[in-house]
Amino acid sequence: MSSEKEPLFSAKNLKLITTPLGAQNPITIQVLGICSALAVTVKLEPAIVLSISVMFVTVFSNLIISLLRNTIPARIRIIVQLVVVASLVIIVDQVLKAFAYEVSLQLSVFVGLIITNCIIMGRLEAFALGNKPWPSVLDGIGNGAGYGFILIVVAFFRELLGTGFLTLPGLGAIQIVPDVFYQWGYANNGFMILPPMALVVVGIIIWVQRSRNKDLIES
Amino acid sequence: MDYINIFIRSIFIDNMVFAYFFGMCSYLAVSKTVNTSLGLGLAVTFVLSITVPVNYLLNDYVLGEGALVWLDNLLGLENKFATYDLSFLSFIMFIAVIASMVQLVEMVVEKFAPTLYSQLGIFLPLIAVNCAILGGSLFMQEREYANLGEATVFGVGSGIGWLLAIVGIAAIREKIQYSDVPAPLRGLGITFIVTGLMGVAFMSFMGIQL
Repeated sequence: MSSEKEPLFSAKNLKLITTPLGAQNPITIQVLGICSALAVTVKLEPAIVLSISVMFVTVFSNLIISLLRNTIPARIRIIVQLVVVASLVIIVDQVLKAFAYEVSLQLSVFVGLIITNCIIMGRLEAFALGNKPWPSVLDGIGNGAGYGFILIVVAFFRELLGTGFLTLPGLGAIQIVPDVFYQWGYANNGFMILPPMALVVVGIIIWVQRSRNKDLIES
Repeated sequence: MDYINIFIRSIFIDNMVFAYFFGMCSYLAVSKTVNTSLGLGLAVTFVLSITVPVNYLLNDYVLGEGALVWLDNLLGLENKFATYDLSFLSFIMFIAVIASMVQLVEMVVEKFAPTLYSQLGIFLPLIAVNCAILGGSLFMQEREYANLGEATVFGVGSGIGWLLAIVGIAAIREKIQYSDVPAPLRGLGITFIVTGLMGVAFMSFMGIQL
């Protein structure tokens, strides 16, 4: 511990939250955590719930591993990380089953798959093992938010264009496209709710992001 | 024939990559050349065909509701262990089985096939956190396969489906290097879109009944 105390939200710490939202986004740039990201984006509600769950796990696993970082032997660190993450995911799973049963049915195996979500292991390896608890918590918030941001954007477009509705937690399905549009000949694009379109939508997000920020273009 | 049905379903219709996006991280990271992706695909198939049956037994005899009834019979007790439902422990048990199995596979491959071991490098231990492996076990649990044979067939089929997907995308990516892709789409972006298109192609298998 340094004798000089850094302010809790110094510029350096705030950067830990903001870069994963844009230039270091876990999904579009670091390519982490795609597995669970795409399959739950048919509707907005499960996407929001999964984002919150992942954020909870990233924040607390980062915190716990960061607190333990000097006591974990390097050789068995993967097992230790898996145990910490799996325990947190069990908590999330039990809470969802108790308070949001419908959503937990929609998410099915994807809650369990948070364990193998590469964002979590990636951030534990790359950040929490070498940093103090507070920056690790901020890093967890940032990466959880960066992941959730993409999830929610993808789910928003897929549900809106695919069904004309948006499902929000606690509010149920809300019709966004007015009936008049359908009378004028507008039709829902049923293709948007099929699995392959999730990939194409993420591809388009990457395209937009890299067109705006030329530094990110791969050679 | 149930076995053939499950086998075909898990390869083509419920393909791990195109229908559920499992194992996308290594799918995107390793699919630059056909050779390495073939090696990784084989390793994933192998690990899946071991872990799914092992986890099936674990689920059937330890974790599920009433699964511990054999312990009652063994100890001559009445309804003591049979009432336990340990399924909340399944995540941690499955991942422990997978992690130790991957460790075992790694040691065996290192001992008996050192060339393959050096080719696979870091990707072999990383199979432990490949979503396709844990996803296979979780789907096995959710779909409640009737017996060990069905679970094994499901595991092998899912692995082969994943292998097909990664070899296919690797072949396309080798060709796409010579194409004129818009600069912001190069690399990751075009891979996503191509995977989406391959998924559309695989969707044509939907509705096949055997």
